[in-house]
Amino acid sequence: MRASRVSEKIIEGLLWLSAIITVLVTIGIIWVLLSESVSFFSEVSIIRFLTEKEWTPLFADKKFGIMPLVAGTFLTTAIAIAVALPVGLTIAVYLNEYAHARLRQIVKPMLEILATIPTVVYGFFALTVVTPFLQTLIPGLAGFNALSAGMVMGVMIIPMISSLSEDAISAVPRSLREAAYGMGSTRLQTAFGVMVPAASSGIIVSVILAISRAVGETMIVAIAAGQQPRLTLNPLVPIETITTYIVQVSLGDVGHGSLEYKTIFAAGITLFIFTFALNNLSFWIKKKYQEKYD
Amino acid sequence: MTNSDINRFKDKAFQAFGIFCTFLGLLVLAIFLFNILQQGLSRIDWDFITSLPSRRAARAGILTAWSGTLWILVLTALIAFPIGVGAGIYLEEYAKKTRLADFLEINIANLAGVPSIIYGLLGLEIFVRQMQLGSSLLAGALTLSLLVLPIIIVTTREAIKAVPGSIRDGSNALGASKWQTIWHQVLPASFGGILTGIILSLSRAVGEAAPLIVIGALAYVPFVPSSPMSAFTVLPIQIFNWTSRPQAAFQNNAAAAIIFLLLITFLLNGIAVYLRNRQQKKIKW
Repeated sequence: MRASRVSEKIIEGLLWLSAIITVLVTIGIIWVLLSESVSFFSEVSIIRFLTEKEWTPLFADKKFGIMPLVAGTFLTTAIAIAVALPVGLTIAVYLNEYAHARLRQIVKPMLEILATIPTVVYGFFALTVVTPFLQTLIPGLAGFNALSAGMVMGVMIIPMISSLSEDAISAVPRSLREAAYGMGSTRLQTAFGVMVPAASSGIIVSVILAISRAVGETMIVAIAAGQQPRLTLNPLVPIETITTYIVQVSLGDVGHGSLEYKTIFAAGITLFIFTFALNNLSFWIKKKYQEKYD
Repeated sequence: MTNSDINRFKDKAFQAFGIFCTFLGLLVLAIFLFNILQQGLSRIDWDFITSLPSRRAARAGILTAWSGTLWILVLTALIAFPIGVGAGIYLEEYAKKTRLADFLEINIANLAGVPSIIYGLLGLEIFVRQMQLGSSLLAGALTLSLLVLPIIIVTTREAIKAVPGSIRDGSNALGASKWQTIWHQVLPASFGGILTGIILSLSRAVGEAAPLIVIGALAYVPFVPSSPMSAFTVLPIQIFNWTSRPQAAFQNNAAAAIIFLLLITFLLNGIAVYLRNRQQKKIKW
């Protein structure tokens, strides 16, 4: 009896330990990013990092302005959301208000296939199919550009927005929809006048999560967007994102402890701050508006 | 036209647009798969599967890449399975309404949103440098294990939550201890759901390239890995490498390797969907 009680305690301890590992992972991430970037910022002032307009840590003439990488990340993300938000939201509304239940059952999992395809495969698609196609339409388009990387990234996150938004719209109580129909509204008026506003917190959460995903996405931009950090909003030229820069340095031979090595952690902590803020914002919105209809 | 006619027209127009958008995604998917098959299928033969990488496109194969992928899959499963399931059990059965449980939950949700390349930076510093594992299979598998941990924990919790309390009560009434109840009743009943989570997490791990590039996995590894400490490459990194070369022959190689990668991903996802459907049908408490 006693032995079994002891082993129960040991098992519980082991289970507790596995749960605590997740906290250690978070601490590990923050510690690694902070410790390496603190030593980076002791050599390069944070003001230079935030205000210089060029990012050339690998050249002889070193400039450490993160802005070009942030601009590249922002540009590809904005293009991706410009593709995924209208399409994803339309799909969500169409599946919820118009489509037969059976069509929804078939289409939803098929769309989710888009989210399971490895991103390196999307990168290949952007580079070898989408860019040549766009070049026939836009003569000045460079071989590496933000436009096709962003568009393909948009396709990748369509199911994220459509699925989560669809869930949010189906969670709206039936009575609201019936009231709208009772007033003589068409399906379109019901959808965009009543259902979408009522589900807006859930839809906003899905969009914020999609933005966070696009900001952190790596392989598509590393393959198709180029490796030229530049401070521009022109989607037709090569750019570089934060994630691409980290890949670029990782592929090279940069000595451990060198300033170049530390730049990837400075870039990493910038990326982490962006996605952490977005994820917490979505979490906060979800928490705040969750029980609106209960 | 009266106002209601206009509204009805708008309604129909949106319906058409909705159909268009819904099938746009599927159309892109179809074009994409067709393109890959067209480019890559002719390149696939026995030699391609069994050859080492080479600087000449026509002689290069994916032997090291797929064996590396297989190694990574097995090691990641071995590391992530006990930790993820253990954490899931703890959170669902032991730590239900404490402050710590709330904190753990928020923390796991946050980890799920951390970009994969950040896990690469973590793995580089902790496993490759501090623990001195080098750019080995083990370092890669540990990194990917941490990356997929949130998926396993969340699906394990869902699966355990689906087991009704009456089963636990019955077991407890017969004098079973808490762990005996979990081990003999709850876990067997939720096994299908837990397995679904493991398989989904593996299908995620199999497609990851970014964190492995960061920890220093290289595209050119001229031997098949023989132990967890071997240097390695995986299919996504091999594809990335071939994609970034200008010659068309390498692009065909990339397409052929993509066919393999997609086969593995779709197979794993298919099994997960099958298990989930079977689970939903079978259980009628």
